[in-house]
Amino acid sequence: MAPLLEVNDLRTQIKLREGVVHAVDGVSFQLEPGETLGIVGESGCGKTMTALSIMNLLPTGGHIAGGSIKLNGQELTTLSDEQMRNIRGNEIGMIFQDPLTSLNPTMTVGKQIAEAVALHREVSREQAMDRAAEVLDLVGMPRVRERIKEYPHQFSGGMRQRVMIAMALACEPKLLIADEPTTALDVTIQKQILELIDDLRIRLGMSVILVTHDLGVIAGRADRVAVMYAGRISESTDTETLFNRPRHPYTEALFQALPDKAADAGERLYSIPGLPPDLVNPPAGCRFAARCRYAVDRCREEEPQLVSEVTGHEFRCFYPVGPSERSDTGRLATYNEAPAEAALAGPGIGDVLLDVSHLVKDYAVTKGAVLQRRVGWLSAVADVNFTIRSGETFGLVGESGCGKSTIGKLVVGLEKPTSGSISFEGKDLAKSSGREYRRERRNIQLMFQDSYASLDPRMRAGTLLREPLVIQRLGSKQEQLKKVGEMLDKVGLPRTAADRYPHEFSGGQRQRLGFARALMLQPELIVADEPVSALDVSIQAQVLNMMKELQHDLGLTYLFISHDLGVVRYLSDKIGVMYLGKLVEVGPAEEVYLRPAHPYTKGLLDSAPVADPGAEKAKVSEGVTGELPSAIHPPSGCRFRTRCPFAQAICADVEPPVQRFAGEGHLAACHFPLQTAVGDAVTASAGLPE
Amino acid sequence: MAMMPHADPAGPGTLIPEAPSVPATPGQVQAKSRSLFRRGWEVFAENKLALAGLGFVIFILLFCFAGPHIYVTPQVTVQTQNYLCHPSSAHLLGCDDLGYDVVGRLMVGGQNSLKVGLAAAFVACLFGSIYGAVSGFIGGIVDAFMMRIVDAVLSIPFIMVVIILAVLIHPSAGTLILVIAATYWPGPARLVRGETLSLRTREYVSAVKVAGGRNSRAVLRHVMPNAIGTIIVQATFAVADSILILAGLGFLGFGVPPPATDWGSMLSNGLQYVNLNTWWLIYPAGLLIIATAVSFNFIGDALRDAFETRLQRR
Repeated sequence: MAPLLEVNDLRTQIKLREGVVHAVDGVSFQLEPGETLGIVGESGCGKTMTALSIMNLLPTGGHIAGGSIKLNGQELTTLSDEQMRNIRGNEIGMIFQDPLTSLNPTMTVGKQIAEAVALHREVSREQAMDRAAEVLDLVGMPRVRERIKEYPHQFSGGMRQRVMIAMALACEPKLLIADEPTTALDVTIQKQILELIDDLRIRLGMSVILVTHDLGVIAGRADRVAVMYAGRISESTDTETLFNRPRHPYTEALFQALPDKAADAGERLYSIPGLPPDLVNPPAGCRFAARCRYAVDRCREEEPQLVSEVTGHEFRCFYPVGPSERSDTGRLATYNEAPAEAALAGPGIGDVLLDVSHLVKDYAVTKGAVLQRRVGWLSAVADVNFTIRSGETFGLVGESGCGKSTIGKLVVGLEKPTSGSISFEGKDLAKSSGREYRRERRNIQLMFQDSYASLDPRMRAGTLLREPLVIQRLGSKQEQLKKVGEMLDKVGLPRTAADRYPHEFSGGQRQRLGFARALMLQPELIVADEPVSALDVSIQAQVLNMMKELQHDLGLTYLFISHDLGVVRYLSDKIGVMYLGKLVEVGPAEEVYLRPAHPYTKGLLDSAPVADPGAEKAKVSEGVTGELPSAIHPPSGCRFRTRCPFAQAICADVEPPVQRFAGEGHLAACHFPLQTAVGDAVTASAGLPE
Repeated sequence: MAMMPHADPAGPGTLIPEAPSVPATPGQVQAKSRSLFRRGWEVFAENKLALAGLGFVIFILLFCFAGPHIYVTPQVTVQTQNYLCHPSSAHLLGCDDLGYDVVGRLMVGGQNSLKVGLAAAFVACLFGSIYGAVSGFIGGIVDAFMMRIVDAVLSIPFIMVVIILAVLIHPSAGTLILVIAATYWPGPARLVRGETLSLRTREYVSAVKVAGGRNSRAVLRHVMPNAIGTIIVQATFAVADSILILAGLGFLGFGVPPPATDWGSMLSNGLQYVNLNTWWLIYPAGLLIIATAVSFNFIGDALRDAFETRLQRR
């Protein structure tokens, strides 16, 4: 069969104020009808630009400088705007990352889809609306006839992405390009959307190009994968082979940087040093050479071509890793990893450091600008109990809006609890004030998610790091400066960094800087709120390694908040799972992962994509269905009952009691747990509410 | 963010070694990175219109304040023999109805226009910014009350205020400054309040609280330095506006009283003789007003870019 899409030596350039970015530099691939091609890579590697080139939707200053794109044998690069408009939406559909900004807020969703239909088909307005209802039904929108008249803001994130898919599919395109379709969504919704795309591909016989940075997403969905690096394809083959026998050192390194695999052993993650090259002046030789642990002189002088040893597996490397697929002529790469430091387990777990008991936080929901009438309460945190021992890492997971960040803010004192207490080393934090309060602040510090927003853009790094010491009046100026220098060494930044402004650092370096600031007051507890969720896998590994090392060296305790189960599992000793303001399950990381007691925990684990095609394809569970209910009117009884496959009448009436399960401190609140309970949790000190 | 590399505010362009590097020895001279001011100037200098505007403003300042010492003309006593004389080598742009040399008149008038314009903008922005910052940072009821006062001031028709004041008081440079400032300050006040409201909730302000810092520190060290850019830009636009407002007042006859003058009054005066085709009384003054206002606006635009740290080159 002839390929549906043929991309040959595509070159896309973007003109900047100074210089030209070679965003896509000689990319070639083919896509068969009905096939899913995954394109993976870190940010800035050119994967989105490749997708936009196919659609001819490049940003200002961007143009296709060479190569060809053929759809069903028709050349797309030479088409006029008029002809291209006919292809876009009609033969190629596209879904973007953020469904809120890609929908027009002033038009009903029905009208927007009907508009897409009317552009390409000669139909009446009624027919177009009928078609809109039809495709909305196709993407699993409940109560289509009512919802078709609603506006985008009345839909949740997941539903909006369904609307986007419906719009892309309205004219039955042959090719669907999905650019990070689930990056902005929670894992449970991500799973639903990915299933939907897969299902529609089979039913409508489309081909799909799935662009993502998430190897887990690719593993379960793509037939073939192209790994991009610095504007080029560095390796491309079928999914199975790529995950089992990667040949390019970059691919290999990406897998080793994933925290999922290292979690069991608790070992250091492999992190790729440095940053991707500047695409204005791409380096001579292999583009990955500067970060490659196997690189030799030849790699820096001469650029390797895409070669293959067996058909269908191409890679761009002189000295591929792993055993050769053809014979034993290839170089069997053996790389001796520096002996893993055996004792990274930390200086041992001590006494209870933080005790959170019956913590409640309600936000008033108000109306009106001046009088601010109170119209209800948003229950962000509802009766949460947990303890953290010193030297321990407590991971808090859950979907967005479950209250995990609110707990972080309450613990560091940015918010005041509505009721309940947070005690640190036995002292209630809410009771201290003034000077004493300021002194106590030193012991609990916060590491922000977005280090760019949390560092004042008008201050040099040195001033930023010194500020906590100045506030607490610790030491003379000389001593403070000395400490700043030492801290920069600790987090692996050069001392010259002290003179730079935040925007001069890369994302990973800024996160190091944010961490350094949190450490300046020598705190005992660090609350880390999604510290790595904005970073690429390789940079994420660097930051996680650093956090783990410093925990060991300085005896830190972490409250680690994240939506990424892989990361939480890698770092945490104990895990708490939150759902809609409630802590539904808490226990040792291993126990919670391997033997979850609460159906929500199980669903969450099943939803999270794993970078292993075999495991991903073997999954039968649906994950968690439905969407998060509103926290203003939380469901009665068990808050999870509206999405729980085991829910019965009792779940709506009675709030489930906390029960004890096998494993130390393993507690869960459910009427119908997945494991056999070993007893009741009676007291609050045991961990959870009754 | 799956975009091209340059979209990342600190993309691959910054090649500070990511891996732990050898720390600089204490005695070593460290390369200071360029100051924010220097970088801001680089962005500013890229805007050629702003450079032209800056050049023109410098020229006009020299023209008005240094000019009278070089090009000496009598500007107090009436010279009836020169009544509406045409431009000639003796009087480059002719004379007006009282026989004053127009070039000299433009210099004297410009002194008043610029002085009043700059001073009024300064007073309006200073008061407005403080008012807005206080309102925005305190928030709540105080904020609501203070902003309603702003609304009330804005709802009074400007011309009416001017006419009433003109009847009550004798216009002078000082009173004109106060009149313009009194009607102009709500603009900067609203702008700075909005800026303060948004800065107050930034994460780096939260970071100060986490470290145990007081509100005063958050305002003085983090909110104000980040709002100063907005204020300066606003002040630049305010200068242009004030010059135009003064011109308008002068045109309506409420300008600085004779024998002093300003560009607006000159324009108004020239229009009386429009039937005599006295173009030299109208065009020079009109063009100077427009060119000065436009120059200040160009400078303001470029300043806004210069204060945007993300636009600054690394």
